[in-house]
Amino acid sequence: MRAVQGVLIIGFFAYIVAFLLLPSGEVLFGAFRGEHGLTLKYVDQLFEPRYLHAFRNSIELALATAILGGLFGTVIAYLTLSPRAPTWLRTGVTSFSGVAANFAGVPLAFAFVSTFGTMGLLTVWLRQQGFNLYDTGFSLFSLSGLVLTYLYFQIPLMVIIITPAVRGLRREWREAASNLGATPWQYWRYVGLPILLPALLASMVLLFGNAFAAYATPYALTSGNIALVPIEIGNVLSGNVMSSPQLGQALALGMIGIMAMAMLAYTLLQRHAARWQCR
Amino acid sequence: MKTRLLRIAVPGLLLGLCSLYFLVPLIATGVFSLWDGADRYNLSAYTQLFHDPGFRDSLLLSVRLAVLSVVISLILLVPTVYWIQLRGKRLRPVMEFIAVLPFVVPAIALVEGLTSLYTGPEWLVGSPNFLIVAYIILALPYTYNALDVGMRSLDIRTLSEAAQNLGANWPTLMMRAILPNLIGTLVGATLLTFAIVMGEFTFANVLLFNTFAVYINYIGQTSGTQAAALSLLSFTITWLAMLGILLTGHRSQVQLGGAR
Repeated sequence: MRAVQGVLIIGFFAYIVAFLLLPSGEVLFGAFRGEHGLTLKYVDQLFEPRYLHAFRNSIELALATAILGGLFGTVIAYLTLSPRAPTWLRTGVTSFSGVAANFAGVPLAFAFVSTFGTMGLLTVWLRQQGFNLYDTGFSLFSLSGLVLTYLYFQIPLMVIIITPAVRGLRREWREAASNLGATPWQYWRYVGLPILLPALLASMVLLFGNAFAAYATPYALTSGNIALVPIEIGNVLSGNVMSSPQLGQALALGMIGIMAMAMLAYTLLQRHAARWQCR
Repeated sequence: MKTRLLRIAVPGLLLGLCSLYFLVPLIATGVFSLWDGADRYNLSAYTQLFHDPGFRDSLLLSVRLAVLSVVISLILLVPTVYWIQLRGKRLRPVMEFIAVLPFVVPAIALVEGLTSLYTGPEWLVGSPNFLIVAYIILALPYTYNALDVGMRSLDIRTLSEAAQNLGANWPTLMMRAILPNLIGTLVGATLLTFAIVMGEFTFANVLLFNTFAVYINYIGQTSGTQAAALSLLSFTITWLAMLGILLTGHRSQVQLGGAR
């Protein structure tokens, strides 16, 4: 009967090799595979204006939502964890964050279309009040709209991942600082922020990767008409643009490169941050 | 007195604005799904959906894919995680690397690799079942993490030795000693995988299979009110799954993959 266990374990690793490692390798090496041996032609294509534009948009979008989501998430986590906050607020925010961090993709896109779209309820209501949202240069279907939409899952995600670090800020440190005559600003500048910083950066890096890899939300919002790296890969794959499959692999290679750097930065920062949390 | 007032007013105002940002889209979606042109509000968007065979078919397809993904990933992962805890401690870094990989190789990149690597056999790549292959990978970090944490909180070694001393063979040991102690973990992993698969769009859209999320997107091209109704339904499914996870006490599970 032990054989069954052995077969299942070997099955698991065979599965990982076949459907995770080999496809990843295929993307990494496929990008260099030309008709006659190895080539850099497709990787060079990444530096064409069209794809550079996609990478810049993706990075800007991911950075903006990581920073904004990180700041708002941290402030919300801090305020709800403070001893003055009522318990119902704390449980409410934790539970809602768990749900909202998972509410993304197509349903989120249409929820935002119903609210901020050209016919959305809030847009229409604001217009009746004499304020035209779309006159301000905002559009739900451009980068600014994507930032607004992404924050709906980025902020709750930040609340979830930063909570252990915020909880690690001990009250005694604050009391000790103020007993020694520190102002609240001094406490944050010399004690609170330096302790929180590695965890804060690690979480923001995670948010960055989360936004960078998003495909469903921007696709549903713009019907695939926005220059972002995941959307471009999807366009190559579904044959919407005339290009060789290797270009898709080159784009995916660039994406994996950025995600790998993000995960590495996350791991290093997290190790640093863990010093204050292990108890 | 004034600073005291500020100390309550500023956080209150801030949290109030944030909760507006999170609640208004939900309320607007709800109201929008009931809208029937001009000033008429009724349930017509919902009744039309329930009479659309495409709705039922796509929902059932997603449920079937979700159930199969859960079952297969548990069958593959439970013995592996168990074995690593008991004997293969050296393999743990390898497992942790594998569990991080789906973040580094996002869905859209993985589908790129899968399609160029596997062009046959037709019964696999030509059927929606091919999606299960990818969904198991997508759910892997969460399933592995849940099982790892769950098994670590048990004294697996003592439990196994006790069972074996009493003459239990491997299936009995699993079924009657290990798994019953892991019910909470298993329920959590199941619900999380379920929620991921029910909302997954990337693979299904690129591979042209009509799952629930693809159907929502398709409806959204023609009817905004029906899309709003479907979005609310999808949110309810996620909400129920997360509620279940909270009830089983795994509130720290974070999701990063799935349907972004």
